[in-house]
Amino acid sequence: MTQLALVIDLNVCVGCHACVTSCKEWNTSGVAGFLSDENPYDKDPTGTFFNRVQTYEVGEFPCTETVHFPKSCLHCEDPPCVPVCPTGASYKRKEDGIVLVDYDKCIGCKYCAWACPYGAREIDEKQQVMKKCTLCVDRIYDQAIPEAQRKPACVTACPTNARLYGDIHDENSEVSVAIRERGGYALMPEWGTQPANHYLPRRKGVVAIDADQVSRIDSPLNVDGKVPGTLAALIAEAQAMADRPAGGR
Amino acid sequence: MHPALSVILLTTLIGVAQGLFLALYAIDLGASLDLIDRPVTAFFVAGAALSVLLCGLGLLASFWHLGRPERAWRAATMWRTSWLSREVIVLPAFTASVFAYGFASAIGSPLALWIGLLAVVFCIGLFVCTGMIYACLKFLQEWASPLTLINYFLLGCASGFNLATLLAALLAPRFTEPLAVWAIGFTTVALVVRATMLARNARLRPISTVQSAIGVKHPKVQQKSQGAMGGSFNTREFFHGRSPGFLRSVKWAFLVFAFPVPAVLVWLGATEDAVLVLAAAFVVQYAGLLAERWFFFAQANHPQNLYYQAIS
Repeated sequence: MTQLALVIDLNVCVGCHACVTSCKEWNTSGVAGFLSDENPYDKDPTGTFFNRVQTYEVGEFPCTETVHFPKSCLHCEDPPCVPVCPTGASYKRKEDGIVLVDYDKCIGCKYCAWACPYGAREIDEKQQVMKKCTLCVDRIYDQAIPEAQRKPACVTACPTNARLYGDIHDENSEVSVAIRERGGYALMPEWGTQPANHYLPRRKGVVAIDADQVSRIDSPLNVDGKVPGTLAALIAEAQAMADRPAGGR
Repeated sequence: MHPALSVILLTTLIGVAQGLFLALYAIDLGASLDLIDRPVTAFFVAGAALSVLLCGLGLLASFWHLGRPERAWRAATMWRTSWLSREVIVLPAFTASVFAYGFASAIGSPLALWIGLLAVVFCIGLFVCTGMIYACLKFLQEWASPLTLINYFLLGCASGFNLATLLAALLAPRFTEPLAVWAIGFTTVALVVRATMLARNARLRPISTVQSAIGVKHPKVQQKSQGAMGGSFNTREFFHGRSPGFLRSVKWAFLVFAFPVPAVLVWLGATEDAVLVLAAAFVVQYAGLLAERWFFFAQANHPQNLYYQAIS
């Protein structure tokens, strides 16, 4: 089984909103119709977006840290929004695990939005149907574009490569390795929704290193029978060997 | 949550219709078993007609809630998984069976009692569906409780028996007092359940926190921007936008006007045989129920709100 997903690295996201604008551009121009806006150039502009970047401050001044947090549909493996839909407009694709809305079947009752703890769904106020991230389903399979570009628009737009895309059920995929080896986690795990999208945590700039990690245990300069010394000791030893008078042997 | 007037009207109107029908059927059953005297046929016919009318109004209100009402028929398809879909099926089924019951009663058909029994099944089913629409959303902790179902049932019965008391005063005065006793009984038990709900909800501790929402395990996390300045669907649909003081006022308003005031008015109206007082009792209780339902929605705190705590 395939489960396509995004893995978002909060350690490198700089909060530039390029994923937001790229998402909006691609999805408002697509076959499924526009994403409507109201007062886009006026007071209180509002509109339909699949993806938002939020900002949080962690800690207390002066020890604070800014976390930019991109938020879109997490394509849950057990999506609570799907079974509640009375028309079957909300569904999860078996072949790739993408959660989609059939805009031709949606009656705009908003019950799925109530059933999503993440607030990932937004109603299109003009078309009056529920919309959400499609993982650019109209792009990732498009044979007409170069293979390297067959990724969600937000992924190709990210200037810091904070957004990884792939199959989290394939244990060797880039996203699976990232989740496994870089502490990938899911949002609100308490509700058992099993979000497919994962986040990689912020990492501190401090690295803990032990002394034996900086000295070469298998150094060719080591003398048998002696305990391998510290880097400084090895350098001193090498210095001593070099300082030996030539032809003294 | 932002309380939608359409859903408030739907749930309160069909609640009255269901309670009214149960009152009619209880009397019909008692009369058929020779336990009580049989009131005039007009009482059953008028009651069924009123119940159908209230269901129709509720249905109309529910259409008003939809973004695409012309596609409403599609909502009957996912009954295997969706409580909303089940309600969409059971509500017309209940309405139709009450209509058939009224018609059978009007022509004096012996089948009326059996059609009524079918309507009772649909009636209970409708209470379950309506309640479960809210109770099944487990992360809306204020709703995720059996109390939600019991509350819908009891408030429907309280207001329905209240209306039945008024109807009896007009068409079958002999039944005014017994129905008044039942209406007051349901109202009293409903108050106990609603108070229990309020006490339970006041003690709730949110399971989701901003820490679990963004996955940063630091005791101090503060939102600085939500990604949009002019609001979004997320800020409009999930926040009631009123002050805590306003919420408290609505709570006390419904605790007074949905329970004790109508109970006293029903008692006065039934003992003094004053139709106008009984009418006032129903109107006051219905108004109280509108406030109760508004509060029911407003009090529910959606975990998505954790992502919308600051604009910028």
